[in-house]
Amino acid sequence: MKLTVQDLNSHYGPAHILFDIGFEVGEGEVVALLGRNGAGKSTTFRSIVGLVAQRSGRIMFEGKDVSAKPTHEIVREGLGYVPEERRIFTDLTVEENLEVGRQPKRPNAPHWTREKLFALFPNLGEMKNRPGGRMSGGEQQMLTIARTLMGNPSLVLLDEPSEGLSPKIVEQMVDAILTMKKEGVSIVVSEQNLHFARLISDRAYIIERGRICFGGTMAELDARPDIRDAHLSL
Amino acid sequence: MAFYVVQFLTGLASAASLFLVASGLSIIFGVTRIVNFAHGAFYMIGAYIAFTLTERLSGAFGFWGSIVLAALAVAMIGVIVEMVLLRRIYHAPELFQLLATFGLTLMVEDLVVLIWGPDDLVGRRAPGFRGAIDFFGQNIPSYDLFLIVLGPVVLGILWLLFQRTRWGVLVRAATQDRDMVAALGVNQKWLFTSVFAVGVFLAALGGALQIPRDAVHHAMDLRIIVEVFVVVVIGGLGSIVGAFVAAVLVSELNAFGILIFPKISIILVFLVMAVVLIVRPWGLFGKPEAAARKTPGLTVNPWRPLTSNERLAAVAALVVAAMLPLFAGNYLLTVGSEIAIFVIFAVSLHFLMSVGGLASFGHAAYFGLGAYGIAFLAKMAGLPMIVCLLLGPLLGCMGAAVFGFFAVQLSGVYFAMLTLAFAQIVWSIAFQWVSVTGGDNGILGLWPSSWAASPSHFYWLALGVAALVTVALRAMVFSPFGYALRATRDSLLRSEAVGINAKRIQWTAFVIAGTTAGIGGALFAYLKGSVFPDNLGISLSVDALVMVLLGGVETVSGAVIGAIVYKALNIWLVSQTDLSKLVLGGFIMLIVVVFPKGIVGMLEMLAQRRRKSSPPGSPLLAKPIESAE
Repeated sequence: MKLTVQDLNSHYGPAHILFDIGFEVGEGEVVALLGRNGAGKSTTFRSIVGLVAQRSGRIMFEGKDVSAKPTHEIVREGLGYVPEERRIFTDLTVEENLEVGRQPKRPNAPHWTREKLFALFPNLGEMKNRPGGRMSGGEQQMLTIARTLMGNPSLVLLDEPSEGLSPKIVEQMVDAILTMKKEGVSIVVSEQNLHFARLISDRAYIIERGRICFGGTMAELDARPDIRDAHLSL
Repeated sequence: MAFYVVQFLTGLASAASLFLVASGLSIIFGVTRIVNFAHGAFYMIGAYIAFTLTERLSGAFGFWGSIVLAALAVAMIGVIVEMVLLRRIYHAPELFQLLATFGLTLMVEDLVVLIWGPDDLVGRRAPGFRGAIDFFGQNIPSYDLFLIVLGPVVLGILWLLFQRTRWGVLVRAATQDRDMVAALGVNQKWLFTSVFAVGVFLAALGGALQIPRDAVHHAMDLRIIVEVFVVVVIGGLGSIVGAFVAAVLVSELNAFGILIFPKISIILVFLVMAVVLIVRPWGLFGKPEAAARKTPGLTVNPWRPLTSNERLAAVAALVVAAMLPLFAGNYLLTVGSEIAIFVIFAVSLHFLMSVGGLASFGHAAYFGLGAYGIAFLAKMAGLPMIVCLLLGPLLGCMGAAVFGFFAVQLSGVYFAMLTLAFAQIVWSIAFQWVSVTGGDNGILGLWPSSWAASPSHFYWLALGVAALVTVALRAMVFSPFGYALRATRDSLLRSEAVGINAKRIQWTAFVIAGTTAGIGGALFAYLKGSVFPDNLGISLSVDALVMVLLGGVETVSGAVIGAIVYKALNIWLVSQTDLSKLVLGGFIMLIVVVFPKGIVGMLEMLAQRRRKSSPPGSPLLAKPIESAE
C-alpha cells in the first residue's frame, strides 16, 4: 500500500472532529474522499500532513510510520499536499511560488521541472512573472498543484480541486490529474462533486460527520444509490 | 543655508543605524510574527562588543574587522536565544512574546553593567574617517558621509538577498503563510533561526557602527527600541523599504525638531506619527494585517458574576486586609498602601487587556500623569488633598483620551508598540521639560492632608479606593458596555456587524482604564510625597503587565493577586540584591514559558483537574487556539 491511515482521531480544542478514520491508497491509484461541506475531508488531509496539532492514530506512508513527524518531514518523504483554500503566496510571482515548492529529485517518483509543469498548465507559462495575487481562481488552483508537484511527490493529497472553478477550467483540471496519474503519482482527492470524482477516481470513500461510512470501487458506489443519496448532496 | 544642509546630512547619517536596527526588527517580525523587544538589547551588545574588540585589535583591518566580528558574535547569541527561548513561545499570544523578550532586555541591561561597568565608554574613531569635511564653513564629519552611503548600500544588499536568492524567496513566502511553507517541505525551524540571526546581525551592526559617533552606555537599548518602534509604525511593520524611508524621516524630524522645539523635540515625531496613523494605519509601506490573533486570552473561559459564597470570601478578605493596622508597624503599612495602589493599577490594565483585548505596553503613562496631575494641583495651585484626588486623575484621563484615540485605530502588536511609544513620549516630556516638571529632579514635597497623614489612615484610604475600583470595574464587565467591549475583543468585524461602534467602545475602555490608572498614580504621589519621570517609565508599564500575567489574565482576581504577590516580591527583591533586573527578567521569562496562565489560572486548573479525570493534552502549557473550519 502507498498510504494507510488507521484510527485517525483529531480535535480542534475541545471539539472532536475525526473519529477512527481509516483508508488505504494503492500504488498509482486515484482515490476519492467524498463528503459534504464540514464532513471532515479537509481535516483528514490536514491531519495526515501534520497540520492539526491534536491528532492520534497511525499513518503509514510507503511502509514508514510518519504520524509522529513534523509537517515538513512528512512532505519531504514524498507526500504532497494541495490545500483547499489554494494558499498561494500572493506577493510572490508564479516562478517564485514554484521555487518555494522545489525539492530534490526522488528515485520512486516522477521528476517535475518548470518546463514540464508549464506544458501541463500552459496558462502558467504565460504569466511567469505575475504576482500570485493577480491571478484568477482557476490559475491559482493550477499554481497550487504545480507548486506541490515541484516537490516531486509520489502521492498527492488534493483538497477539493474543482471547487469554485468554471466548467472549462474543471475540464483542464481533469486532464491534469489524469496526466499526473499516468506519470505514476498516487492521488487522494477530496470532493463534493461526484461527477468530477467519477471522471478521475478508481475507488472512493465517503466521509460523514468525521467517520468513514463507505469504501469501495466507483462501480460499487454506483450500485448503492441509497448510500450515495444519504451522504452526498448531488 | 549651509547650516541647514549640514543638519540634514547629520540626520541622514543618524538614519543609517536606525534603519539597520528597524529593518532587522521588521524582517524578524515578518517571518516569526514576534516583535522582538530585545532588539535594542542586541544593538547595545553589538556596540559593547565592538568597543572591546576595537580596543584590542589594531589597524584599519582591526577596526572594520571588529565591527563585523562583533555583529557576527551577537548574531550567534541571537541564534542561541532563538533556539532556547523563542522556539518555545512561537505559538503563544503576542503579549507573551513581547514580555519574554522584554525580560531578556532586563537581564542584558544588568549583564552589560556587570561586564563593562556602569560608565559611558567612548570608542575609537574609524580609520580613514577621522576628519571632517568643510562645507561652506560648516564641518561635516567624514564618518557621517560614510554612514550616509552605507544606508542605501545595505538597503540594496537586502533587496538582492530577498529577491534573488532561494532563502529570500522562502522568507517572503513564510512572511505570508508559514504553515503552507512547511506543507511544501521547508523546515521552518531553521528558516526562523536564520531569519532571527540575520535580523540580530543587522541590529548589532547598527550598534557597532555607532561607536565612533556616540558613547556606549547601558541605557542605549531602550532609547533605540522606542525610536525603532516609531520607525516601524510609520514605515509599516514587515517592509524594509518602509523601514528605510521612515528611518530617514524620523532622523530628519529629530535633527530639525531640535531647532524648532529644543526642549521637546520629540513632539514633532509624534505629530508626524499621528498623521500617518490616521491616513494609513498600517504604515506608509505596510499592509493591513489579516485578522490579528486574539490577544491575551488563552482559553475561552466565559466569565460569570461571583456566587454569593465567593462574594462573602471577597468581603472577608477585605475585612482581614483592613485589620492590618491593628498589628502592623508603619513600614508594613506603607508597603501595604503601595500594594493597594498597585492593585488599582493592575486592575485597570487588566480591564483594558483582558476585557478589552488591548494589551497596552505603556499603561504607566496614565498612572504617571495622574501623579503629575496631583503635583501640579497641589504644588502650583495649592489645592487641598481631597480636591486634588478628585481632579488629579483627570490628567490621566485626558492623556488616555488623546493617545487612546490613535491607539485604538490599531490592534495587536501595533497597538502594543504604539502605546509604548506614547508612554515614552510622555516620559521624555516629563524628563526634558525641566521648567514645568522639574525634569530628573521631579517635584517634591507633596504631603497628604492631616486626615490621611498617618500611615494607617492612608492605608485605609488606599485599600478603600482599591476595593471600590475593583468592584466598579468588575461590575462594568457585566454591564451592557462590558458585553459590547468583550464582543469587540472576540471579533471586531462581527461586533461591528451587529451595530457596535467598536472603535468608540474601545476608546471608552481606554479612557476608563487610563483614568483608573491615574487614580492609582494620584494616591502614589501622596504616598511617596514626590513625583518623578520614572512614574511613567517603561519599567512601570511592564511591572503592570507582569502583575496581570503573574496572577492570570483570565480573571479579575488574577490581577489583584498578581499585584499583591508581585509587588511584595519586588519590594523584597530590591532590598536583597543589586541585580534585581537580572532576577526579574529571568522571572518574567520563566512565567511566560512555564506558567502562562498565572497563579489564579493554575489554581483553577488544579481544581478542575480534581473534579474531572483528565483534560486532553498538557494543561499547564499554552496551546494555540485553532479555529475549526
